[in-house]
Amino acid sequence: MKKKEKGISFNLISRNKLNKFSSSEKLSFILKEVKKGSILVLEHGLTASEQTTLIENTMKEIDHDTFIGIEMGGYEEEKMSFFQRVFGINRKPRMTVIGPAHLLKMVHKDNDRIETTIIPGRGVS
Amino acid sequence: MGLLRRFRQGRFSRIIQKIFGKKHARIGIYGPPNVGKTTLANRILRDWTGDIMGSVSDIPHETRRAKWKTNIKIDNGGSSLSMDLVDTPGIATKIDYKEFMNTYGLDKEESRTRAKEATEGVIEAIRWLEDIDGVVLVMDSTQDPFTQVNVTIIGNLEARELPILIAANKIDADDASPATLKSAFPQHPVVPISALTGYNTEDLYSNMVKHFGHRRHKKKGAKK
Repeated sequence: MKKKEKGISFNLISRNKLNKFSSSEKLSFILKEVKKGSILVLEHGLTASEQTTLIENTMKEIDHDTFIGIEMGGYEEEKMSFFQRVFGINRKPRMTVIGPAHLLKMVHKDNDRIETTIIPGRGVS
Repeated sequence: MGLLRRFRQGRFSRIIQKIFGKKHARIGIYGPPNVGKTTLANRILRDWTGDIMGSVSDIPHETRRAKWKTNIKIDNGGSSLSMDLVDTPGIATKIDYKEFMNTYGLDKEESRTRAKEATEGVIEAIRWLEDIDGVVLVMDSTQDPFTQVNVTIIGNLEARELPILIAANKIDADDASPATLKSAFPQHPVVPISALTGYNTEDLYSNMVKHFGHRRHKKKGAKK
């Protein structure tokens, strides 16, 4: 039997996969993966409304000995042009990184750069 | 009450509001933990009613249940704003009880209870978003403004088309940089204040009357 290697799982989730989920399925998937210790990079991030719901769901899941919450960083949703607004086109969320707060720490974030670090001593075999 | 009567009363009251500049809104004070939300709520209440909202502390998540006061009237020259003010618990994406022990010296039991209540407080603050007409988003002007909590709250309110006024708090601190906040969120008014000393709160009140005075149609839930 192949021994599973220890380490931090870093998963890039495609836009295609995310689009197949409903909003609540997407949030359940993310929270389940993050609780398992994975760090996710979503090609197509979450809307502000989904992010708020994710925070709410995270608070319900916090267990003070095993899961203290999430660290999340994403760019603002795309700005819409006048014509997009007129035609009711929704704003698109952009790339987002999400991980368990005991592993992932946001170092810096601005309009062009999201800098994260793995908390030293965690997940390294 | 008949529909026609209610319609007439609503329309009549809007006309009166337009003529005399009187408006009523439910305003939420939001932000991450420890940015001075309750200090600001206390300042507003003390200035306009002589009352206070709640206790403040250096330990994060001091406010773990939303508190509110109704019918607070702010005057600004010829115009005024009548509002219900809601002071919400700080919104966070993580809560670690060990931080209360290691950084603030609380005992284990106290820390775990505080952390548990804080998680409930975050949920309550998020649920209040459904019932407010505008937000004073308090940010610490000594800190990096691009936190996910700030970005998420702003994005959520923009999707609902609710007015946001950013209070760049702690301007009395040496390392305060309200200009950073202004450049981070240029689409919203940013008012530098010190809720602790009262510095520039007149400017905040004048902006609140101007900004929250318009009756807006909020989008419920803003699902996309």
